[in-house]
Amino acid sequence: MAVKRQTWALGLLLAPVTLFLGVFFLLPLTIIAVFSFLTPGLYGGVEWDFYHWNYSRIFGWADGIIEIFEPIYLQILFRSLSFAALTVILTLILCYPVAFWVSRLSERWRLVFLFLITLPFFSSLIVRLYAWLLILKPTGVLNTVLMSLGIISEPLEILYTPAAVVLGMVYVMVPFMFLPLFAAVDNLDSAQTEASLDLGANRFQTFVKVMLPQTLPGIMGGAVIVFIPSVGNFIVPDVLGGAKGLMIGNLVEQQFLSSRNWPFGSALSMIIMAVVLTVLMVSVTRARKAGGHA
Amino acid sequence: MAPLLEIRGAKRTFITPEGGQLAALDGIDLDIGANEFVTLLGPSGCGKTTLLRAISGFEMLGGGTMRLDGADLTALPPFRRPVNTVFQSYALFGHMTVARNVGYALEVAGVSKASREAQVAETLEKVGLSGMGSRRPSQLSGGQRQRVALARSIIAKPRLLLLDEPLSALDRNLRQQMQLELKTLQHSLGIAFIFVTHDQEEALTMSDRIVVMKSGRIEQIGTPREIYRHPKNRFVAEFVGETNLFPVTIDRVDGAEALARTAEGVELRLPGAGRKPGETLTAILRPADFSLGTSGIPGTVARAVYLGADLYLRVQPKAGGPEIRVIARDGKGFEEGATVHLAHDPARVHVLEMA
Repeated sequence: MAVKRQTWALGLLLAPVTLFLGVFFLLPLTIIAVFSFLTPGLYGGVEWDFYHWNYSRIFGWADGIIEIFEPIYLQILFRSLSFAALTVILTLILCYPVAFWVSRLSERWRLVFLFLITLPFFSSLIVRLYAWLLILKPTGVLNTVLMSLGIISEPLEILYTPAAVVLGMVYVMVPFMFLPLFAAVDNLDSAQTEASLDLGANRFQTFVKVMLPQTLPGIMGGAVIVFIPSVGNFIVPDVLGGAKGLMIGNLVEQQFLSSRNWPFGSALSMIIMAVVLTVLMVSVTRARKAGGHA
Repeated sequence: MAPLLEIRGAKRTFITPEGGQLAALDGIDLDIGANEFVTLLGPSGCGKTTLLRAISGFEMLGGGTMRLDGADLTALPPFRRPVNTVFQSYALFGHMTVARNVGYALEVAGVSKASREAQVAETLEKVGLSGMGSRRPSQLSGGQRQRVALARSIIAKPRLLLLDEPLSALDRNLRQQMQLELKTLQHSLGIAFIFVTHDQEEALTMSDRIVVMKSGRIEQIGTPREIYRHPKNRFVAEFVGETNLFPVTIDRVDGAEALARTAEGVELRLPGAGRKPGETLTAILRPADFSLGTSGIPGTVARAVYLGADLYLRVQPKAGGPEIRVIARDGKGFEEGATVHLAHDPARVHVLEMA
């Protein structure tokens, strides 16, 4: 009886989220998956005919008549992956030492710091990125200051370069890296650190053998939640990147809006998703192995 | 023979959250012999853990020196001290197997894998955990974790092993078993143990010498018997074991025996040597020093607790004053409310000179 009622109650509790995910996640995803195999319509939309050239033109077995293989798409995919990986590495380098510092602060200052870290969420991403535009442009704050200090004589060309895109992504992603890292670092058992020192390990050995492995789940978690949105990001390259900073997210946006080739845009989206799923699966299995409780 | 560890004038002051100063160590002088089992005993906040952490190097001394085998330890970081610790929480590395935990000290010292594995197996056997090497600490019971922590800290053959209340998390039976095992292990290893505890029973059973501490100072150092039978002051008398304290005035001295009386009129017989009538002092009698008979201090049984072979009594003296604690063989006529007489041997009375 009790078990039956529990199942019933559980079903009721899970119903809203199931319904929501079904309608707003699974359904659109199916549409995109189906569209990616359909013929593009002349002015957007789709013709209901099977068409594999969407993928073919990306991966290079296009027939050269209807669709032409353009290596640029693979290059942009590769660039997106590198930018995302670079963003992960840079946010990690920035956040890891800070997480240690914050975990040692008094309760009050730690709250202040965590509030500051989440402060950017209170304002619009677009507005913050345009602020970076104002900082980085040739007559912007950065160049003006550097030139007036006599450090440079010509304005630096940062805006509309890959560097600007990576800088912007690091800026956007820092809180996402910091929070899981902080949780892991804050959970470190100081007695284990002391035990390591006591057993003759110097500070470096203690870090590598005890502290790093124990914060690895936090590092992996932060890396995944920074990497995934970074790969498909299109707002940052849109505002700060030029032609050389174009990422696959921008490409998808172009296909749907200006080029009006919905099936091709869908195919590109499916590729982003394939990459993201692969990354997730690898990291989850790795984390399980590292945890050792499988 | 020169002592293994020599502590002179050790001082450490903490700033309290209110901004005051707290002397956790207030001038500690202590010598530890090469194969000695020494217990630091005291209530929480007495400085025993701070002293232990100062020896392991996790607390820096504000003053004083510390020498191990003649070499100055004072400025060395923890990983340069030939001293290992068993932590209260065990502090096992959760992401490593038992074998890697135990072999950690050798691993970081660069010992070859083959030699390491042999020593790990040998050490695991010493603590009774053979074959458990491939497990994770999370798969072990509390007692087994305790043994892993012990094995991990002795594998590098330290000159001195520090144990920070290592048995406090174990249940009573396991704790008593571990007490004996620790003592045996200490003998077979031939290294000195410094054991921190607030459990006086544990201190009495295990130690060669006990150091009783209070407020950052050493109150008394001595063998368990000296500490129990001849406490130097009220604090030691009351902290170590149950005790009866009688503030008394000497009434008269009859050769080898002196008769003393409390303010309420409870009469006690004391060793007479060196006593003068009119002197005030404190007489100490342990609960087992009384015997129940037909003569002696008359009183009423206020509480009787059955302990098995023995009976624990609280006896209210007829004359008044605080209840007397007595441990006697179980027998008839000691139920609550019964009238009893408490006799004692004058030689068993320990005297504190101040009242």
